[in-house]
Amino acid sequence: MTQPLLSVENLSTWFHTSSGVARSVDGVSFAIGAGETLGIVGESGCGKSVTALSILRLIQPPGRIEAGSRIMFEGKDIVTLDDKGMRGIRGNRISMIFQEPMSALNPVFTVGDQVAEVARVHGNGSRQDAWNRAVEMLSLTGIPSPEERAKQYPHQLSGGMRQRVLIAMALMMTPALIIADEPTTALDVTIQAQILELLVELQNRLGTSILMITHDLGVIAETASRVVVMYGGEVVEEAEVKTLFAGAHHPYTEGLMNAMPQITASRGRLNVIPGTVPSPTEWPSGCRFRDRCSYAWERCEREHPPLYQISGSHTSRCHLAVEPERRAHPHLPLVEQANATV
Amino acid sequence: MNSDTPLVQPRGVAPLRGWQPSRGAAVAASVVLVIIIAACALAPLIAPYDPTVQPNILASSQPPSLAHPFGTDPYSRDVLSRVIHGGRVSLLVAVLATLVSVTLGTAYGAAAGYARGISGAVLERLLEALLSIPRLLLLIAVFAAWREVPIKGFILILGVTGWYGLARLVRGQVLALKAQDFVASAHALGATRARVIIRHILPNVLTPVVVAATLGLGHVIVLEAGLSYLGIGVRPPDPSWGNIIQDGSDQIAAHWWISLFPGVAIVLTVMAFNVLGDALLRELRPRQIETG
Amino acid sequence: MAAFLGRRIAQGAVVVALVATIVFLLIRLAPGDPFAASMADPRISESVRNEWRRSYGLDLPISQQYLRYVASVAKGDLGFSFSLQRPVRSVLADALPNTLLLMAVALIASFAAGIAVALAQVRRRGRLSDRVLGGVSLLFFSVPDFWLALLILTLFAYWGPFPIGGAVDPTSHDLLGPAGRIVDRLNHVVLPALTLTLLYFPLIARHQRAALLDELPSDYVTTARSKGLTEKAILSRHTLRNALLPVIALFGLAFPALLTGAVFVEKVFSWPGMGLTIVNAIDSRDYPLLTACVLLGSAFVVAGGILTDLLYRRFDPRLRDEL
Repeated sequence: MTQPLLSVENLSTWFHTSSGVARSVDGVSFAIGAGETLGIVGESGCGKSVTALSILRLIQPPGRIEAGSRIMFEGKDIVTLDDKGMRGIRGNRISMIFQEPMSALNPVFTVGDQVAEVARVHGNGSRQDAWNRAVEMLSLTGIPSPEERAKQYPHQLSGGMRQRVLIAMALMMTPALIIADEPTTALDVTIQAQILELLVELQNRLGTSILMITHDLGVIAETASRVVVMYGGEVVEEAEVKTLFAGAHHPYTEGLMNAMPQITASRGRLNVIPGTVPSPTEWPSGCRFRDRCSYAWERCEREHPPLYQISGSHTSRCHLAVEPERRAHPHLPLVEQANATV
Repeated sequence: MNSDTPLVQPRGVAPLRGWQPSRGAAVAASVVLVIIIAACALAPLIAPYDPTVQPNILASSQPPSLAHPFGTDPYSRDVLSRVIHGGRVSLLVAVLATLVSVTLGTAYGAAAGYARGISGAVLERLLEALLSIPRLLLLIAVFAAWREVPIKGFILILGVTGWYGLARLVRGQVLALKAQDFVASAHALGATRARVIIRHILPNVLTPVVVAATLGLGHVIVLEAGLSYLGIGVRPPDPSWGNIIQDGSDQIAAHWWISLFPGVAIVLTVMAFNVLGDALLRELRPRQIETG
Repeated sequence: MAAFLGRRIAQGAVVVALVATIVFLLIRLAPGDPFAASMADPRISESVRNEWRRSYGLDLPISQQYLRYVASVAKGDLGFSFSLQRPVRSVLADALPNTLLLMAVALIASFAAGIAVALAQVRRRGRLSDRVLGGVSLLFFSVPDFWLALLILTLFAYWGPFPIGGAVDPTSHDLLGPAGRIVDRLNHVVLPALTLTLLYFPLIARHQRAALLDELPSDYVTTARSKGLTEKAILSRHTLRNALLPVIALFGLAFPALLTGAVFVEKVFSWPGMGLTIVNAIDSRDYPLLTACVLLGSAFVVAGGILTDLLYRRFDPRLRDEL
């Protein structure tokens, strides 16, 4: 990858609240090439959504992107861009698809109007042109009888239909990058598959890059070529999707893999990673995952692991990279030991 | 993560409450109220003159001077002394009338919220009808018909016509609380209805009632002043802020001081009550969400 | 739609009937009557007074008076005004258009001003201008209606681009052409309407500001930002349209509030509307006129409620389907 479309370098987005500084995103770096789909995966609270919002500079006070962060896109640094330049990118060169299609749409305007608004802001055609383009995009996303649907209000559409509207809205100006923040989480399973298929198909047709943000490795497997795993506001592992599914390195990624429901699995119980993501106002010292890790040893408390290179483009933020023999001796994670003694 | 940490992972956007009137404003409002209430309570000690005696009919409508800082009225009475004594009447009327309203409104609202079936529906409809009466027009008609209402009756009627909004508020709160677990469990433990209302529901309703009463005080002060201005409120020669303004209103261009100072007193007092009500609403709101 | 309107109007009629009963009882149970000695000329003998009482039906028992009253109101007859010696209906027919004009102007102006102030505050939320506008709103929110009217009257008595009394110029109005008459009337409405607007805009501004702030964290605002809209466009288009919904409720409340304000404003500025009519009826204890004013006032309130419901349906597409 010679010249990435978007490269995020050392991004830190912190929330300065009365109860402390929440370091929700803390030195994150990754890059997306043209036409590529990059997945970001992690539990809620890991910083993936804040990362997405940071790329479009949609973080509101008390949150802010800290000094030293760079987000290079088409030769410009988004972090230092003026407001006018930023608005020229939003919806035009980079657009976003949100998780809750009901609340992401304004209830008092017709969906056609809301889709057309993108072209009214960025295009130079007439209102009618914008409307026609909106109907065209609604049709492209597979909405039947788009002329009539365009005149309806969000509450008159089904959940899947509303998500198609959001996709149409994101595609209006044929952007270079679409950020999809959990685009299928709020939908029924059957609809989820349809929407993912649609995204992949439209991407192939339009050559758009996609940043796919999800907590679901299944979604990654279906859509992405490369994946970034986030935990505690940091990137903990990055690899080609094939490499990752062939063998994850970081214990957290292992946990996520085990937590995936297996069709072949006969056990009734899902594996879950014990414990919860710690508070971003007080990340633990050393490795942020150590309390929940079944390999953690004293080095994990002492030393914050760097991103070790495992092979080629595969990196992992775990000391197991230099002390691989410890993988042979798992133990109960600290949180479970604590529970056991209570 | 405690509950007031802003969203770490903003679903929409980090919380935004905008500007909230500072605590300083609430403190200032309390200080103003304490001064005004103290001045009114100690009126006979503080007021330089007797508010009703007409000392020298030749010295009528004198502009403010050292001897009469607020000037004198058409009957040569000291306006400052009348404003202080008038505040006593105005505040007393407002407090007592609000007490009547709060009692009636809370009782009716609790009953209407708790009653089921036909009685609940009847209470609700009656409340709707009462809410559609324009209060001032009704008061004008009633006081015009009843004439010379003694001050106790005046207060009572003000109170009796002022509880509908509060009753609706309490009814809404009770309906919301009724659906909650702790009320259901109290019922399950065999508590009587009256006991559930008194022990479990009323304490939770208290917060909005206190806020509404504080804001209501300001409203009643203005209402009393308006009625007294129309000559159907507090009767002369007893001063109230409203009827002092009335004394000066015919000659307001020439003798502005008579109407100006009691008006300023009303504005200060009402504004202080409003600021305090807003502050209470803000301070008490978290608890309200927690319990209701 | 028609069914909804019909149901609401029927409900409203029941409410007005209930109010009529309450007002009738409160007034007729009062000791004395308009012809009692306190107000009338002592030279008029008791037998003449009794004759008058008989002619107005005041000698009958309350229950019969009530029945007669209900029957006549049902026929649209509001009685005969003692003090003005005219049918109440024609008195109100003269006064009502003036009050409606005043209220309409004040309603539009105070909503426009209130919404504009709230938008300006939210655009600069947390900054000095937000505080200053909030303070000014609170000040006018706390000012007694009649006192503000008196202040404005005094101010404009000294410095007078606008007439300070009446609805038209008493000497020149009849000599003016149609356009001149409209200008004359509008000139006269300026000060009373300004007073009412100053009294009522703070309520709207305070509610509108809170509603806007409640809407700002919504997901659709983030969506709008992600589309590249300016903050100003988001606030005045996306947020305002949603934040107007809670403020519409104030539209119904505006009717009684403005009617209350109109009583004092009409008295101070001698504006010949319903408010001045009821104030003038105080001294004469003109029962039919007083009762009719309260009745008409509550009809106003009921109409305000129905109008509010219709507006909700107009502005919230989610409610349209429920009809």
